[in-house]
Amino acid sequence: MITVENLTKRYGGFTAVDDISFQVRPGSVVGFLGPNGAGKSTAMRMMTGLTPPTSGRATILGQTYRELHNPGRQVGVMLDASAQHPGRTGREVLLVAAVSVGVSKARVEEVLALVGLTDEEAGRRVRNYSLGMRQRLGIAAALLGDPQVLILDEPANGLDPQGIHWMRGLLRRFADGGGTVLLSSHLLHEVQIVADDLVMIGRGRIVAMGSKEELLARGGTTVQSTDDARLARLLEDADVPVSRTGSGLVVDAEARVVGEIAARESVVLLELRSGGSEGLEEMFLGLTAATSREGEAA
Amino acid sequence: MSTETSTDTTRSPAPAVGGGTGGAPAATALSGRPGVPFGRTFQAELRKMVDTRAGRWMVIVMAAVAVLILAGFVIWGPAEDASFRGLLELSTLPLAMLLPIIGIMAATAEWSQRTGLVTFVLEPRRGRVVLAKALAALVLAAVVLAAAVAASAVANLVGGTGEWDLSAGVAGGVTLALLILVLQGVAFGLLFLNTPVAIVAVLVLPTVWSIAMMAVSSLEEAGRWLNLDLVTQPLFAGEMAGRDWAQLATASAVWVLLPLAVGTYRVLNREVK
Repeated sequence: MITVENLTKRYGGFTAVDDISFQVRPGSVVGFLGPNGAGKSTAMRMMTGLTPPTSGRATILGQTYRELHNPGRQVGVMLDASAQHPGRTGREVLLVAAVSVGVSKARVEEVLALVGLTDEEAGRRVRNYSLGMRQRLGIAAALLGDPQVLILDEPANGLDPQGIHWMRGLLRRFADGGGTVLLSSHLLHEVQIVADDLVMIGRGRIVAMGSKEELLARGGTTVQSTDDARLARLLEDADVPVSRTGSGLVVDAEARVVGEIAARESVVLLELRSGGSEGLEEMFLGLTAATSREGEAA
Repeated sequence: MSTETSTDTTRSPAPAVGGGTGGAPAATALSGRPGVPFGRTFQAELRKMVDTRAGRWMVIVMAAVAVLILAGFVIWGPAEDASFRGLLELSTLPLAMLLPIIGIMAATAEWSQRTGLVTFVLEPRRGRVVLAKALAALVLAAVVLAAAVAASAVANLVGGTGEWDLSAGVAGGVTLALLILVLQGVAFGLLFLNTPVAIVAVLVLPTVWSIAMMAVSSLEEAGRWLNLDLVTQPLFAGEMAGRDWAQLATASAVWVLLPLAVGTYRVLNREVK
């Protein structure tokens, strides 16, 4: 269980995290989604006691991070996979952490196997690791103390599609065992694969949260026709909000409404469905456009 | 924007996401004192000083240079000076140069290599990590010194005068001087949190101080009280008199304890990124 209450961080006049509150329950994998610079990492550093909040607080299993007894046994944390001493071997990174957390060397071999790092790879220096291997090492370190909670910053970054699906399985099993997972990402398609629930953040503020299905359902209807331009005009004439995507239109109305208009006006539909990733993508861009860097320039 | 949705906004002050309502058992925190037992932190920090390529090579280079100096002196040096004490003084020269750098690297790696993101997550009480680093550096210095003593003894047996002329004063003085130097390294590392800057500062600042002291005659008397280089000379030689101890205390306070205090404050309050 992770509880964040009115967490705020200001740097001078700049507000990096602005009064965010949410709770991640056991048994769930929650994606913390937002564009770069949205405040995801700052929020995660505040949850883990590395950055003092300006106001508000975060608790894990009911205690602030600094109050936790042997935090490594309770919370697995990976805040930056590339923040490892390049001169240490992967195995050595885990052995040092094992000393501190108080687990056996056998556990180190266990987590290495769990994240799929071979014996040879574990013996290599981190300097020679790819980003994907560093991510696996970082996740191994997070799992080392057999914790109940995982806090992972951009864990899928640098993983190939296969690796992302592997991570989904790993985190799903962890959550099914009663674990709590919060992971961040700036890529919607990535977090869509790995997480079941989403907290969307833009410029330090939470802009939406809920289950993936719930958010997908709010993503409107995706429609594609032989003449999208005409269909868009017809929908707009009927006061139905429409936005264009690369492969068609996203309509803020039920599929039935769109279908009826198309039938009446004899527009040939190629595709008509509720939700879908384009809708969520559209919503993500829409929700964050006002708060992202690009939005500032536009 | 009022687009927030959540599964439960009525009971909890923080809206919840994910998880069934009452499906998974409520997880509770482990009971016990905050953080990690100090012994484990110390053990981890000691290990971290020698488990990287840089750290291991520092120890190897120190040993190699000491052995080379000893061998060279036994072969080519003036035979009458190759007593146990003379050899030990030689073999500790590279230690006095390089041990502070090991101390610096122990202190700065958490920031320059960003391993602090892991270290301070496993032990959020950073003061204990700092203490563990300082103690680990002192223990490593003592181990390296013991090796130098052993090497000097071997050199003395093999090619020296065979004279065992090491007084308790010299032995204690050399040990104390090396421990002060390695602690100074840790202190400067904590103060600057940047390896090259800390190394340059440790090497250059005392020299700058000595030059300033020579250049400005009014500083000369004051400078003696604040010059760690000068005051460690009688310490290495085992010839400390009453005034020397006082000067050692003031110089150590300024060059070791002060940066240690300021550096520790920085580490405790700095944001780990």
